[in-house]
Amino acid sequence: MVRLITHNLLACHVKGCTTNNFPLIFRDVEVELQETEFNPDFIRNMLSRLEWTALINAAKQVGDTSLPPEQPDMMDDELLQKLHHVLMEINVTDGAMVCQNCNHIYPISNGIPNMLLAEHEIG
Amino acid sequence: MSRPEHQAPPEIYYGDAEAKKYTQNTRNKQIQADMTYRALELLNLPSDEPAFLLDIGCGSGLSGEILEEEGHIWAGVDIAPSMLEVALERDINGDLFLQDIGQGFGFRPGSFDGAISISVLQWLLNAETSHPTSSPPHRLTRFFTTLHSALRNPSRAVFQFYPTSDDQIQLITSIAQKAGFGGGVVVDYPNSKKARKVFLCLFVGGGGTQQQMPKGIEGDDDEQVRFERRREKERKRDVSGKRKNMKDKDWILKKKELYRQRGKEGVPRDSKFTGRRRKPIF
Repeated sequence: MVRLITHNLLACHVKGCTTNNFPLIFRDVEVELQETEFNPDFIRNMLSRLEWTALINAAKQVGDTSLPPEQPDMMDDELLQKLHHVLMEINVTDGAMVCQNCNHIYPISNGIPNMLLAEHEIG
Repeated sequence: MSRPEHQAPPEIYYGDAEAKKYTQNTRNKQIQADMTYRALELLNLPSDEPAFLLDIGCGSGLSGEILEEEGHIWAGVDIAPSMLEVALERDINGDLFLQDIGQGFGFRPGSFDGAISISVLQWLLNAETSHPTSSPPHRLTRFFTTLHSALRNPSRAVFQFYPTSDDQIQLITSIAQKAGFGGGVVVDYPNSKKARKVFLCLFVGGGGTQQQMPKGIEGDDDEQVRFERRREKERKRDVSGKRKNMKDKDWILKKKELYRQRGKEGVPRDSKFTGRRRKPIF
């Protein structure tokens, strides 16, 4: 499972790839929805760590446009619910993530992304 | 038998068969669970707050399950595909990554509230190829520096691992310190052969108040060891056939009383010296 919450924290870690290495772009993705328990405290805790524009773009790539394009100042329950759905319930099962800077491809199969690097890419 | 990390690299050692065996063995499960609870205790997370944790070397998700039970959300990384496959079959809730921790992480700064790792660090101490990026110090440096930046300030990372020597502990702690971590090693049951567990407890930041170093659990015997000792004692008694060490003060007083009652002559009187040991030299 690659949920958008972890995708939002994930940058490319290839040697020398330090600028513009976030976010990774989804390519040819297959998505699965899986219901999880709504935990408003957790979502509130995570808010400060999220990169809103990256999240909106990633959500678009997997076909979800329920969130507002700008991060609202106030978080009401309805919005937290939506955020929970986008962050925790959308699972990318197959496809790939591509770094926009160095074009390294991280393939995703069976819900597990392959983050292994070749020898020359290790920092 | 030699240690698993000396036999083959982890992704090969934990092949399909070994991954299944590891996950189904109830004794393994119990030990893993105990260590995970202890690691969580050492993490010292604020209570009643769901945290976002990283499980380093999550394997089949045995420790992840416990994190879930405790109400935390987690993501796990492991290098053995077979282990991750078992994790998928077991239907756990964490996000999984196929990743070599010696190559470092790509997580953004401040992503996680804490990290735990059960029986993993010793795998980083063996070089698989002669390439410079494959040397243990290089891999450890890469691992600790990228982990340090992936954790929030303040937070903790707790690693349970099996070092073979003090040199290894020295190497690991010095590299972790260079990467910016504070903290050190906590040893539980230091005098027991079986129950002894080494935890590396690392701190990120400290703010105004320095983080307190937790104490290891003292006491040299757990249940298994106690049982072992009793069995040893019983075995010895069977061999010699007679009971030993019965002539203490109470026994002597009892016997003398008995002799007096029977009217035996010349029974020595009782004093403060009765039944006392002599000095070794007289």
